[in-house]
Amino acid sequence: MGAVKVLLRNPRREVEVPGPVGAVALLRQLGYVREAVLVIVDGALVTGDATIPDGAQVEIRPVVSGGAR
Amino acid sequence: MKCRVCRAPAVVEVRRHNAGFCRDCFLGHCRSQVERAVKEHRMMGPDDRVLVAVSGGKDSLALWDILVELGYRADGLYIGLGIDGYSGPSGEQARAFARARGLELLEVDLPADYGYDVRSGAAADRRVPCSACGLSKRHIFDRVAVQGGYDVVATGHNLDDEAAVLLGNVLRWDLAYLARQRPVLPGGEGFPRKVKPLVKLGEREMAAYCVLKGIDYQVEECPMAAGNRHLGYKEALNVIEERSPGAKASFYNGFLERGSELGAGTAAAEREGLHPCPSCGAPTTSAVCAFCKLVEKAGGDPRRRLPVSAR
Ligand code: SF4
Ligand SMILES: [Zn+2]
Ligand SMILES: [Zn+2]
Repeated sequence: MGAVKVLLRNPRREVEVPGPVGAVALLRQLGYVREAVLVIVDGALVTGDATIPDGAQVEIRPVVSGGAR
Repeated sequence: MKCRVCRAPAVVEVRRHNAGFCRDCFLGHCRSQVERAVKEHRMMGPDDRVLVAVSGGKDSLALWDILVELGYRADGLYIGLGIDGYSGPSGEQARAFARARGLELLEVDLPADYGYDVRSGAAADRRVPCSACGLSKRHIFDRVAVQGGYDVVATGHNLDDEAAVLLGNVLRWDLAYLARQRPVLPGGEGFPRKVKPLVKLGEREMAAYCVLKGIDYQVEECPMAAGNRHLGYKEALNVIEERSPGAKASFYNGFLERGSELGAGTAAAEREGLHPCPSCGAPTTSAVCAFCKLVEKAGGDPRRRLPVSAR
């Protein structure tokens, strides 16, 4: 079956998880805090209640930038 | 989840407002939060010439985009920091953004123009990289703004940045820093007014704005940021926010509403002893300003002619 492919950043890497999976569940599974990332599914932003289908290409994009500016 | 405004399917949720938004309503929400911040803190007027501090990251590009959409006359200033693997691509993002919109982007490059980079400047002046970087950026933004006749410098500090800085300042009870931590710092002899129009928007909202607007920004972090204190404060605040959405906003907004007297005397005293730096003309309380000291220690030349906008 086509798993869900997940692109992670900082550093850039890819993992696979079994689908379908809820966006919030996916974040919890991978240890992310919702407030600190965006979930982008096949190029489109989704909300926490979205279900991510098998075969989808997901990006978990961190939004926290550092540096004492 | 449905859009709070128009009931179409939502693409972003803002948990502290307990709301979801569709693309267009979300972009409108961001613009109106900036408008409200500008108005509430009297940041700038329609005729002001604005210089936006542009890093190539999400906050500064979103800020520039929103200010232009709101009708402000805003140019950008990008500073090349000479950081391997980071400065190259972030400069590219800033240039591509400006080119695509026909906006004016001024540029200063630390290595090419001053003869040092963040790493060598930090080592020579015995500072951590972010301190040398911050000092250099503040100095150059001020000088370019004053020489270019800009009324105001706008930076992309968002609600998360301000809440994290506030937490750090409060943990140390640093009254001088608390006094300076305002959304508007008035200008004076030799320095421009400084404003933070994104203080009502979190960084998750800024990233979402860029994604929805198709703004390509520098996603990979500056390598110097890893493990710094500021990031630790953000992480701690996000853990609290996860449990109580709205905690960050009430922490920061409460400070603006009720903590504004903190350190007020310290700030006034600091402005008293200012005189122009004999080397570069920037206002300073010491014999030579901190920027000139750093550049000289790093073997560079602080007296550089700065770019001035063609307008
Ligand atoms: S992380 Fe530090 S060194 Fe890097 S850009 Fe931000 S302030 Fe400068
Ligand atoms: Zn809507
Ligand atoms: Zn100087």
